[in-house]
Amino acid sequence: MSKKLLAAPYLVWIAGFIIIPLALIVYYGLTDRDGAFTLANVVSIGTPEHRKALWLSLWLSLLSTIVCLVLAYPLAMILRNRGVGRGSFIVFIFILPMWMNFLLRTMAWQTLLEKNGVINGILSLLHLPNQNLINTAGAIILGMVYNFLPFMVLPIYNVLCKIDDDTINAASDLGANSIQTLLRIWFPLSVPGVISGITMVFVPAFTTFVISNLLGGSKILLIGNVIEQEFTRGSNWHLGSGLSLVLMVFILLSMAVIAKYDKNGEGSAF
Amino acid sequence: MSQLQRFLRRTWQDFYLVLIMVFLYAPIATMMVLSFNSSKSRTQWGGFTLRWYTDMFASRNIMAALHNTLMIAFLSALIATIIGVAACIAINSMKAVPRAIVMGITNIPMLNADIVTGISLMLAFIAFGISLGFKTILIAHITFNIPYVILSVMPKLKQTSRSTYEAAMDLGAGPVYAFFKVVFPDILPGVLSGFLLAFTMSLDDFIITHFTKGAGINTLSTLIYSEVRRGIRPSMYALSTVIFLAVLALLIFTNFVPRRKPEK
Repeated sequence: MSKKLLAAPYLVWIAGFIIIPLALIVYYGLTDRDGAFTLANVVSIGTPEHRKALWLSLWLSLLSTIVCLVLAYPLAMILRNRGVGRGSFIVFIFILPMWMNFLLRTMAWQTLLEKNGVINGILSLLHLPNQNLINTAGAIILGMVYNFLPFMVLPIYNVLCKIDDDTINAASDLGANSIQTLLRIWFPLSVPGVISGITMVFVPAFTTFVISNLLGGSKILLIGNVIEQEFTRGSNWHLGSGLSLVLMVFILLSMAVIAKYDKNGEGSAF
Repeated sequence: MSQLQRFLRRTWQDFYLVLIMVFLYAPIATMMVLSFNSSKSRTQWGGFTLRWYTDMFASRNIMAALHNTLMIAFLSALIATIIGVAACIAINSMKAVPRAIVMGITNIPMLNADIVTGISLMLAFIAFGISLGFKTILIAHITFNIPYVILSVMPKLKQTSRSTYEAAMDLGAGPVYAFFKVVFPDILPGVLSGFLLAFTMSLDDFIITHFTKGAGINTLSTLIYSEVRRGIRPSMYALSTVIFLAVLALLIFTNFVPRRKPEK
């Protein structure tokens, strides 16, 4: 009986700070300023301005997720095949930037990409024409990849470490070449890590407003920017909540994908 | 495989590792170099200076934000650890269905987008009539920290055997005494890593803090955000160098120091 009592603080916490807050978003999202039920806030995702922001967010976060995957998979394979232990220094080096403050990492890229930033400085030293790097979609993708790459590396690496060397040797003993081994052994066995990495990159990239604000300037609006502005500047909380509900639908979809492919939680990063 | 092939493959892999390493560290290294540059320009070296560091330590805003950040990280990690460990013990003795429900809800703050978590908490604080400030940041950080504690402690708790705990009770120990003498030493590594994970998550958070902080209070993240939007000053580079070195020291300490013990 006393054990049940130990759950009390957490259950109260869950109710007060997880369930009620989410219920409030649903309430605000489905009502207007007078408290009457409406779908207008959710449907407003279809207005040209919001639809454009949503598509751009989907497109940029999808691209950066793919880039992260393409960069991270070989990296995780090399690290695993070097036989370095999980706590080893070389793995540590690739994870370390993840713990550096997120704002500072983004600020670093602003310093590099700005009009009179470091990269343009180097270009003019070499007498090459200056490039317009900041405030482009490319800068946002770069910022996303830089910030979220370790979230892709870590789960893939963890899952690859669990693959037994004997399985790989058996495949080559039975005559599989390295490409066949990659496609038929490595890749299928690492799917949980890949899926977990994809969601860990996609969700924060899709919903970000910081990276687009600092590297994309004020002209490129992602769905996160739209929502943030409704709460901090426009103060139409009903509209902001309605759009958040749309975001949550996408997150729920990605959770469903995780649950399908990663039943045992093997691909977790921590 | 021939020797040459192996050599080529190894070289190619080293090249790739170095390439990614440059990508990851070049921006950080640039900021470190600029933090010692006495010219405000980002492209000209005006000579070595420590002025930006003295500026930074003299800045009341930065020091207040640092103080808030550390207080919130420590308190939220501590409270989340206490609530989380208690919850783990209770969840572990639950039946399958309530356990699945509680664990499912526990996953929400981890899988949900930070922006939604931040907004939903802000709406709740306003609905509850709690004015936004230090308190609300702390509550928000505890909320997103508890799941990390539970996920670190739960696997360790499942490994402990019930019979040792019951044996202690049979030998006359009370449940609390038996827990701290028998179960707690076994789950201690999970508790510690949960605490550290919670601490670093709190240090790194910007988005949830942004929505729950209210006016007049800053953590380092929110301070950097407002500064950067006005234009980066070199004292920010000094700050990031100091933070990077602090994180490096903390991670080396937590990753490599405790690992040596079992080998002895």
